[in-house]
Amino acid sequence: MAWELNSDRPIYTQILEKLQVRIVCGIYRPGEWLPSVRDLAAEANVNPNTMQRAFTELERSGLVITQRNMGRVVTQDTQMIETVKHNMAVTQVDSFFVNMRQLGFSDSEIISLINNHTSQTDNTTVSN
Amino acid sequence: MNEQYTTAAPLLQINDLCKRYPNMGNYMSVFHMNLTIPRGRIIGLLGPNGCGKTTLIKMINGLLAPTSGAVYINGMFPGAESKRVISYLPERTYLENGMKVRQMIDYFADFYADFSKEKAYSMLESLGISPEARLKTLSKGTKEKVQLILVMSREAELYILDEPIAGVDPAARDYILRTIITNYNPNSTIILSTHLISDIENVLDDVIFMKNGSLMLYTSVDAIRSQQNKSVDAYFREVYAC
Repeated sequence: MAWELNSDRPIYTQILEKLQVRIVCGIYRPGEWLPSVRDLAAEANVNPNTMQRAFTELERSGLVITQRNMGRVVTQDTQMIETVKHNMAVTQVDSFFVNMRQLGFSDSEIISLINNHTSQTDNTTVSN
Repeated sequence: MNEQYTTAAPLLQINDLCKRYPNMGNYMSVFHMNLTIPRGRIIGLLGPNGCGKTTLIKMINGLLAPTSGAVYINGMFPGAESKRVISYLPERTYLENGMKVRQMIDYFADFYADFSKEKAYSMLESLGISPEARLKTLSKGTKEKVQLILVMSREAELYILDEPIAGVDPAARDYILRTIITNYNPNSTIILSTHLISDIENVLDDVIFMKNGSLMLYTSVDAIRSQQNKSVDAYFREVYAC
């Protein structure tokens, strides 16, 4: 199954984000080997050079470490993974607030909507 | 030409290439085209109908003589040597209708030293095509698949595919693109011309836009996406809006 990619943004940045998500949520665990560029490119249905570029970026950030001639592993620095996770959450919250303000909500209205939403979803999880 | 020169030369170089068709009112099909194509790329050759894509491809393959300018493959003019380097899928099928698929594979294996029968049979199996079928019994789309399998089963340096996916169904299209990705070799380049941009754009490194026989744009897919904030397909529709 090809990865879901948007058509209006560079492919490699989207791949990079997807790989980061996989690392952050533990699909690729700290210290674990990553699939090869070729296999992942085939899985995502993207050009291997594009996948390589995303990997290079991951290496540059330190999230992934290349073992010469053997492949790549996820960093064992769990603190770094936590930082990436936190940054991704902040980005999500930022864009959420931008969108909500565009709809004309004030910050306090947004927060009360969030509170309502979480109490509702809490209830549904309880009733389930 | 010595060995050192050929390895240093770009895979494909096109210098000020022109093609005029005298019996078409001296129409310039390709007009002062310049291009240098490196190794290890997957490149889309894009442009509206009649913009000169197939004429250019035929000149690269030595099937048409340029009116002026030159084509170099590994520093050499098109000829027997370049046919060893290039695996070419023409826009029309040329397979012998009376032959069986298996015979066609033998024929290619005889002809091209870099042909892998193993690869060909494994692709045939994945696409559910019987090697014992005679070509005339196959549908148009299946024939196109067979031809593409033959072309992709070579270990060539340059693959030139003229409209490789137009006639095949979407599922087979995905398979073919995946085949291109998994067989990808960092030393070889694939040039493919197509109108189905959105289907292939994730697979491409670079795109070449042609217009009225000239090179309009040669850049990477991600450069278009980051500069224009739109897909190559959307950008194409904008550039060539009628």
